[in-house]
Amino acid sequence: MSGVFVSVGSMMPFDRLVQAMDEWAAAHPDVPVEIQIGRGTYEPRHAAFVRLMPVADYRQRVAAARLFIAHAGMGSIISAIEAGKPLLMLPRLMALGEHNTDHQLATAASIGARPGLHVAADIADLQARATALLADSGAPPAPISKFADPGFTVRIRAFIDAP
Amino acid sequence: MTENKRILAIASGGGHFVQLLRLRAAWEGHRVTYATVHAASAVDVAPAPLLTFRDVSRADWWRLPLTLLDVAIILLKVRPHVIITTGALPPLLALALVRPFGVRTLWVDSIANSEILSGSGRHAGKVASQVITQWPALAQGEVDHWGSVL
Repeated sequence: MSGVFVSVGSMMPFDRLVQAMDEWAAAHPDVPVEIQIGRGTYEPRHAAFVRLMPVADYRQRVAAARLFIAHAGMGSIISAIEAGKPLLMLPRLMALGEHNTDHQLATAASIGARPGLHVAADIADLQARATALLADSGAPPAPISKFADPGFTVRIRAFIDAP
Repeated sequence: MTENKRILAIASGGGHFVQLLRLRAAWEGHRVTYATVHAASAVDVAPAPLLTFRDVSRADWWRLPLTLLDVAIILLKVRPHVIITTGALPPLLALALVRPFGVRTLWVDSIANSEILSGSGRHAGKVASQVITQWPALAQGEVDHWGSVL
């Protein structure tokens, strides 16, 4: 797929993001949009959707998409960075019942400033940025190794090896 | 040459498991078994075995007995010397269950928690041998910072 891939994670519904991108798909019929809607109740009418796909398919979708849009979850963020794919994210808000805490706001603030990662403030901002990023996606995230920094894993190894 | 140990690398789905995968180099050469919520994740860890448990979170707490049963079965199958986890609630149960048996356990709090330790992470201090945060600013008291997955 050379269009837009949207994912809201598998653990909790996020209908606000799904509905926003379904509306966006209706306004952009020339762009293929596929949404992994997880446990949401809103079913897209304009975009293609799937509840939950196996992780290998998910990774293939992220790699093939022109733009990846997701909640501000670490699975989405790390998948985007590992694939070198621009990511536009909308943080879940506790006040709207979208998560137990507002930690996705903290994640967006602490990690969202990396090159290639973009944070939307609300639905209107999300839709406008989706259009703008498709026209010019800017610099993708810098490619990284599949493994954490050896300085970190060597300390975990020492913990494992300790008697 | 250090002893070859049985490792249980366990995490919930989504970002928790993605973070666990990025730590794989830490247990290379040991006998590792993975545990998570989606069986399809097996492609990421093969040829190492992957076991699954039913998920639970604070939002659907009533599923706790199902998760507890699954986690207990995994512990009996693997009989780990060491458990490494990147969260969330189900692995916390595993750490609590093995606490009386001298299993060394490491709680790696998710990188998503950049302002305060996760809810489960705050409880992990009572049951884990060691709790680490991925954010230097959150290292305090018994909670260390060794690095991050990114």
